[in-house]
Amino acid sequence: MPGNPIDILISRAGLRGSAVQTMYDYYMGVFGLDMPIWKQYLNFWTSLFQGDLGISIYLFPTPVTDVIMKAVPYDLALLIPSVLLSWIVGNNFGAFAARSKRLDNTLLPFSYILSATPYMWLGILLAWAFCIVFRIFPLAGGYSFAMRPNLSFAFIGSLFSHWVLPFLSLFIVQLGGWAIGMRNMIIYELEADYSNYLKALGAPNKLIRKYAFNNGILPQITGLALKLGEVVAGALATEVVFAYPGIGYLILQAIHNEDYFLLQGCFLFIIIGVLMANFIIDIVYLLVDPRMRAGMQGETA
Amino acid sequence: MSLQVENLTVYYQTLRGDVQSLEQASFKLADGEIMGLAGESGCGKTTLGNSLIYLAPPMKYIEGRVSLDGEELPIWDLARMNVYRYKKISLIPQYAMNAMNPTRKIGKMLSELLRSRKISYVDLLPEIKHRLDIVKLSQDVLNMYPIELSGGMKQRMVMVLSTLLDPSLLIADEITSALDVSTQKSVAEMIVKFRDCGCMKSVIFITHDVSILYQIADSILIMYAGQLAEKASTNVIINSPLHPYTKLLISSLPKVGVKYSEDKLSGIPGTPPLLLDPPEGCRFRERCPLAFEKCLQAPPFIEVENGHFVACWKETPA
Repeated sequence: MPGNPIDILISRAGLRGSAVQTMYDYYMGVFGLDMPIWKQYLNFWTSLFQGDLGISIYLFPTPVTDVIMKAVPYDLALLIPSVLLSWIVGNNFGAFAARSKRLDNTLLPFSYILSATPYMWLGILLAWAFCIVFRIFPLAGGYSFAMRPNLSFAFIGSLFSHWVLPFLSLFIVQLGGWAIGMRNMIIYELEADYSNYLKALGAPNKLIRKYAFNNGILPQITGLALKLGEVVAGALATEVVFAYPGIGYLILQAIHNEDYFLLQGCFLFIIIGVLMANFIIDIVYLLVDPRMRAGMQGETA
Repeated sequence: MSLQVENLTVYYQTLRGDVQSLEQASFKLADGEIMGLAGESGCGKTTLGNSLIYLAPPMKYIEGRVSLDGEELPIWDLARMNVYRYKKISLIPQYAMNAMNPTRKIGKMLSELLRSRKISYVDLLPEIKHRLDIVKLSQDVLNMYPIELSGGMKQRMVMVLSTLLDPSLLIADEITSALDVSTQKSVAEMIVKFRDCGCMKSVIFITHDVSILYQIADSILIMYAGQLAEKASTNVIINSPLHPYTKLLISSLPKVGVKYSEDKLSGIPGTPPLLLDPPEGCRFRERCPLAFEKCLQAPPFIEVENGHFVACWKETPA
């Protein structure tokens, strides 16, 4: 990253004369930036293994870990419900659409439009509609600027009303993709040999659809793991649109202020998060696909 | 008479028009009869089999009547046929290797299938185990996923599944095609064994392998390009066929003791017609060495001797 974050810090403080040089030397020392590059690099790794991500330049003197920890609850509250709910609703929606031609013809184009919508564009549209035109939801922030965090109903209500729009914009865009994927899977499964065999033996459609859903959902679980990385990026754009105080918003601030300690911390956090989610999904896959379970146990007969 | 089919005509709907894959099929099947249905690929064998149990689009019912045990089957009505499926008429499909749901244990799938037909799995369990013994499968397979079985095991498992409710008619569609010769023979023998112990009354055994029919079938029905050519008892078809196509087909089979390095096997010259717009009259006309003017009209499928039906003007008494 070109440029020197300390210059920004100094210029923001509005110092003059010799104080500039004094403060500059002080900050360079505090952040360890006066050392040779290789030593800075070594320092980065040593402190990383001690769980220390350094001190944020932009929010000096808060440690980066504290800054991130403050933002994480917002992210989790935004991402987990939107990812899981859109997955569940989208899959059911898609399976429902695969039932008949008429449903398919009406719901499918709609889903394609949804899934092709950029997160931020939908975010801006929602913000315009619900904040400016109808004035139902607040426009920016994680909670009302007039409040301080406390455990009261008013504060929780404020949290909720600030949460709705970012959540909706993530939820709606992902919904379309899942619905399309599931619709295709169900149609494929309903044409599979085992479905035809059951039909020929007079099994009711209910049973055949149930099997198709159970088998069609398996690739969707893999898809969920792949989609997570993309969702994190989508959350970044959404958080920027709504100035929602999650990791995405932090990243934008860190870039503006050339705060590479914070930026590194955020990226590290996201990477670990995505890897962990993938790991969890791998384990879930083992639980839901009986063939894998049978494979792990080896020969039984 | 277990099965009686009259003038059954079934087409396939395509964007380029109807494919006339089954034309005016009439035949009868006695109780306990194993009828081999033979012919080359695309001659309508599977169409005939499927139309008796699950006539779904793109297949289109044109005309014809089917009755089983004296009861007329509404084969054109997908929903009304459901009562008869599995209980009266059952199918071992061409794709038996993939016929079972891969993510359900076989026993669980069977119990769910039976429950959906209002039959108790627990009551049937002793019978299921008995039949697994007949096909030489361990009872543990009920606790396994299809992926844990070999191809031949799956084939035998599907055989047990399909015949569990003692149907009057079993349609076995190319069940030996994907197996090696020794497994083919054991599967074919199990069909005979199942028939003998009353698991099903009669069988339509669809195959393009005439030699396997020679071993198990009571009678053979030869089809050509959507039309029935000849039906007679196995011995008659093999030793004294009447229809020119059957004659040429049988003469193309290798015989024991003949060295084909000196005497090349002769095939039938030409290819079958496209069924999208088939020629008028007898569809074998263009490849037939005996064809004459009258063959421009479709020959009737008539009984020339007791139990011997043939569709050829040369064999029709004037």
